[in-house]
Amino acid sequence: MHFGPHLLLAALEGLVTSAVLALTALGLSLVFGVMRVVNVAHGEFFMLGAVLAWAISTAISGHPALGFLAALVIAPLIVGAIALIAERLVLRRLNYNPEATIVATIGMLYIIQQLALTFYGPEARPVEPPFSYRILLPWFGYSGYKLSVIAASALLLITTWLVLTRTKIGLIMRATQYDSETAQAFGIPVDRVYGGVFALGAMLAAIAAVLIVPISQAHYLMGQDPLLLSFIVVIIGGLGSLRGTVVAAVLIGLSDGIISMFFSPTLAKIIATLLVAMVLVFRPQGLFGTASR
Amino acid sequence: MTDIGKTQALAVSGLDCFHGEVQVLYGLDLVLNKGEVLCLFGRNGAGKTTTLKAIMGLIPASAGSIRLGDQELTGLPAHEVPRAGVAYVPQGRRLFAEMTVAENIEIGLMARGKGKATRERVLDLFPLLRQRLRQRSGTLSGGEQQMLAMARALCLEPRVLLLDEPTEGLMPSMIAKIRETVSTLRELGVSTILVEQRVDAVLSVADRVSFIENGRNRETVDVEHLRADPSAVRRYVGVG
Repeated sequence: MHFGPHLLLAALEGLVTSAVLALTALGLSLVFGVMRVVNVAHGEFFMLGAVLAWAISTAISGHPALGFLAALVIAPLIVGAIALIAERLVLRRLNYNPEATIVATIGMLYIIQQLALTFYGPEARPVEPPFSYRILLPWFGYSGYKLSVIAASALLLITTWLVLTRTKIGLIMRATQYDSETAQAFGIPVDRVYGGVFALGAMLAAIAAVLIVPISQAHYLMGQDPLLLSFIVVIIGGLGSLRGTVVAAVLIGLSDGIISMFFSPTLAKIIATLLVAMVLVFRPQGLFGTASR
Repeated sequence: MTDIGKTQALAVSGLDCFHGEVQVLYGLDLVLNKGEVLCLFGRNGAGKTTTLKAIMGLIPASAGSIRLGDQELTGLPAHEVPRAGVAYVPQGRRLFAEMTVAENIEIGLMARGKGKATRERVLDLFPLLRQRLRQRSGTLSGGEQQMLAMARALCLEPRVLLLDEPTEGLMPSMIAKIRETVSTLRELGVSTILVEQRVDAVLSVADRVSFIENGRNRETVDVEHLRADPSAVRRYVGVG
């Protein structure tokens, strides 16, 4: 294959990574932006989404699309409910103290991971894609499902942006993010907003996982990479910034796809980590973050 | 517990509050009559802002009572207090700086489910804000920000308004505008607790003044008494 088509293929693969990463990182970014909680268990909500997607799609017989669509709706709802319970039982009792919640979410990470190992097992299990249409380009054929992942992610990101900027719920979330005490003085039940945001963040990770699991398989340790990459994305983009998250996810996803294909995946990770180090040194608030609040 | 009379809008009795391990308020008593402007006066750290925050439920009361009319506010979640009809303009304004003027006003309207009619009435009080509705509130001048902070609070159509140093850092024309607005609100029947450091502002807008010292209300006097005997101001804060 010539360089041009090779580059196009790498870029398409990178965009799929970007799409999934943007959704996962957006969840992490929302939770930190609104609640100031660094959710170390975020990758496990991603893993739970994938594992539940396997369980739901396996339980439903018939066309693979039926099981997949059911998983796309049910898995995020279950993960959201688990996150809400964790928020009520753990984070709220710690009064959302930044240091204590880091330790608590590390604990949640291990609990969720070990429960998945116990009940789901150590195997990597595939989920059938809802359709297997291939788009034939002049140089190579490309999975129609992968392109639909990019489209679905873009749709969800635009929807999230519209909710945040054009609706009352978005206004309430932003008010809580900017100044939670003043938000309370204007009738905003901050505790409930925190619960909702934590569940929403986990649901976004679960949706991303359901979308990617027909490509990458479900495994109980699959939450580690998305967590690391999500942290890289939100640090580069600026914690709490939706625009920054999307731009950084595209940047990291594309560079990961292209460098992995032409050089090696390890080099791609090294470059991403170096980029984080440079951002932390020269622009600690991230590319689109505000310096302080 | 204070037995609140028909003329009282808000009554605070025996209020104790802590900042962490440190006690800030010691059995503080306060009565705000309907339609009056009560000024809290005292040195920095005397407990004035803590009193306002305790009324708003932002700092929990460890003892005592806060009553709004017949309703007990003590122990209510902080977000229920504005819904009961108490609005707060915090020190330093605390606007949602990344939001537009219109969005800040919308936050105020949402608190008690008020609509367009309230919005128009409030904007009539601060016509300058009409021209700035799409501007990010953090980019407004200090005076405009204070107007927006007051407008946002008035969108609740409050029974009681708490103002924490609204004239701090403003130029004289803006201070005059704020005083004028407080006087207008009194005519509209809004009961106001005003924390103020400027003696001239106190004398010009307050009906009564409570001297707060070391977390206690030492004395409450009519402003006429204060005008006739400025020594009380000197006694508590060393100015006047």
